[in-house]
Amino acid sequence: MRFLLKNARLLDPGNKTDIEGWLLVEDMNIALVGTSQEGHPDVSGVEVHDLQGCWIMPGLVDMHVHLREPGQEYKETIETGTRAAAAGGFTSIACMPNTNPCNDNAAVTNFIISKATEAGYARVYPVAAITKGQKGRELTEFGELLAVGAVAFSDDGVPVADASVMRHALEYASSFNALIITHAEEPSLATGSMNEGVVSTLLGLKGIPNACEDIAVFRDTCLAELTGARLHIAHVSTKGAVEIIRLAKRRGVHVTAETAPHYFTLTEEAVTGYNTFAKMNPPLRTEEDRIAIIEGLKDGTLDAIATDHAPHSVLEKEKEFEAAANGIIGLETALPLSIELVRQGYLTPLELAFKMSYNPSHILGIGGGMLKKGMPADLCIIDPNVTFTFKKGDLFSKSYNSPWLGQKLKGRAVMTIKKGCFTHKKSG
Amino acid sequence: MTSNIRHKHLLGIQHLLADEITHILDTAESFKEILSRPIKKVPTLRGCTIVNLFFEPSTRTKLSFELAAKRLSADTVSVSASTSSVLKGETIIDTVKNIEAMRPSAVVIRHSSSGVPWLLAKHVECSIINAGDGINEHPTQALLDAFTIREHFGRLNGLKIAIVGDILHSRVAHSGARLFSMMGADVSVCGPVSLMPPKPEVLGVTVSKSLEDAVEGADVIMSLRIQKERQEKALISSEREYARFFGITSNVMAYAKKSALIMHPGPINRGVEMSPETADSEQSVVLEQVTNGVAVRMAVLSLLLAGSESQA
Repeated sequence: MRFLLKNARLLDPGNKTDIEGWLLVEDMNIALVGTSQEGHPDVSGVEVHDLQGCWIMPGLVDMHVHLREPGQEYKETIETGTRAAAAGGFTSIACMPNTNPCNDNAAVTNFIISKATEAGYARVYPVAAITKGQKGRELTEFGELLAVGAVAFSDDGVPVADASVMRHALEYASSFNALIITHAEEPSLATGSMNEGVVSTLLGLKGIPNACEDIAVFRDTCLAELTGARLHIAHVSTKGAVEIIRLAKRRGVHVTAETAPHYFTLTEEAVTGYNTFAKMNPPLRTEEDRIAIIEGLKDGTLDAIATDHAPHSVLEKEKEFEAAANGIIGLETALPLSIELVRQGYLTPLELAFKMSYNPSHILGIGGGMLKKGMPADLCIIDPNVTFTFKKGDLFSKSYNSPWLGQKLKGRAVMTIKKGCFTHKKSG
Repeated sequence: MTSNIRHKHLLGIQHLLADEITHILDTAESFKEILSRPIKKVPTLRGCTIVNLFFEPSTRTKLSFELAAKRLSADTVSVSASTSSVLKGETIIDTVKNIEAMRPSAVVIRHSSSGVPWLLAKHVECSIINAGDGINEHPTQALLDAFTIREHFGRLNGLKIAIVGDILHSRVAHSGARLFSMMGADVSVCGPVSLMPPKPEVLGVTVSKSLEDAVEGADVIMSLRIQKERQEKALISSEREYARFFGITSNVMAYAKKSALIMHPGPINRGVEMSPETADSEQSVVLEQVTNGVAVRMAVLSLLLAGSESQA
């Protein structure tokens, strides 16, 4: 397999360069990269794609995905989830352990990896549970899980409530130089079903205050500081959490953090009308928080954009708001929503490549995230200007729980290439 | 025949306009007159069927809706949670769709989860009337309270109304506050901060620092029930202390106007949120509220349903 991608804007976080140029793929790898001024090598007989100014980024990396298999295949399978990932421009995704059975042992990790290899649409990196059954008591076998391919540990939506267990998890993880990902939430304050504030009062719903997240982020950064371990904060949604992480980074704590497109795009207002497609945990917050999240992305406090892709069916979403499940799908909307940050001048295209590829791949330690000669050709080709209506029938995910359904979005992946092979190609 | 209002459903006070509220109250006045006649029945909704679907315990509201429907000559059926198929695992949407398949004109719903009437309105064709959803709204209670106040003062505009107690969990307070402030009343709320929703001002009220402050010069004091079934841990220390600092007693009433009304949506926890003397005092209109409830619900039902195609 040999092909040339020309007339592209090459966004390479590895070299911190943003240039007009071309990229040659050969034998699954990036063979050569050059600027428009430099002529490309002889390509007679080689497939040539004229990208007409589209962007080439290293394949996107989503460090927070729920693939639902094993256990809830009616919502998503590893095949449909990775197909959706490819459609969204992602070549690598990390999947959370809250499957059924939960990914707290090597057998489940192996199963996920083999299923993903079979499907072939994206590299799948399992995140294993911190504690057995995500129960917050006994640690899982970190060493063995890492050996079979787990890349990090998280109890995900059931955060480790006991601070001493979290401390020990961080300590034990550091003996393997492993990463702990925390869904930061003080469970006793998380009894509501949306953000606590004006809209919760107007809708008569119990709220979840920002303090619920801030307390947990503070606790876990303190524990990371105490133990020296590597900590990653998942889906940051509050102004306070951004500030706590900013200060912790300044002190030299080994902490990284992600946010999700919905936290810099929407606010609690989206819940109006009891819209269960705007119900997630952490909940959509206020405009003040939204702005703080964007600030955090700009100044580097927030390292990565992850989707928290959480497929649910009508069974979980078409019901009483308080009883409906948390979460929305995100793989196929993350790129257009994030490109909006570029359009609004908050991030440069190169910075976006850091947030969506280089940084998450480096936090997870999975390599890639660069357009470098000799590296596997994991690429995402983006038309930042194409507009499309986000429609149920066009989705590759099995679920359609998204607040953007029926809306016009701008910018998307037109081709996704994993290891030199096209995993997605947008026709027309 | 009364003219219709532009709504198909009555979900919450939040969707009503001031002149629609006035129209409902005016209509209720004419129905109240009917209720004083020896034959308390009019043919307005003959041929209509109204289903009362109550997923939470209720005596007053359920009976009031039933009587209102019957006095309008509608047929009524009541279903309660303990006898519904929801216990067999049926979803609320399926339950109501099945009820709808039997062609009622309206479903009156009470449910413990906020927003359920809105959910149902999206899925069914018949009228949905909210008889209390979670800690959100209870629009007919607010209307009957407004009716009672208006009967005494001839207006709502300019009155000072104090709502006292568990504002957080009270759908009566949430609907009442919206309605009274929309009609030009000066509404203040008071209660322990742990029983106050975040940013209560968005409901159109001012938050009083003390009970005396709230009641000072008030025309109406509305006391709310301490909702024992909705209390989480550590919201208040004890009923004893609550009674002492937030209960409506004759001492508290001394701050209000002499002509002030005492209201309560019931059921009253006597000796907790209200002293027995206050509940039974001359100023108390608690039972009038109940009487007016039937007239107001007749008005709501007739305005929503009269002339609808399901009517025979």
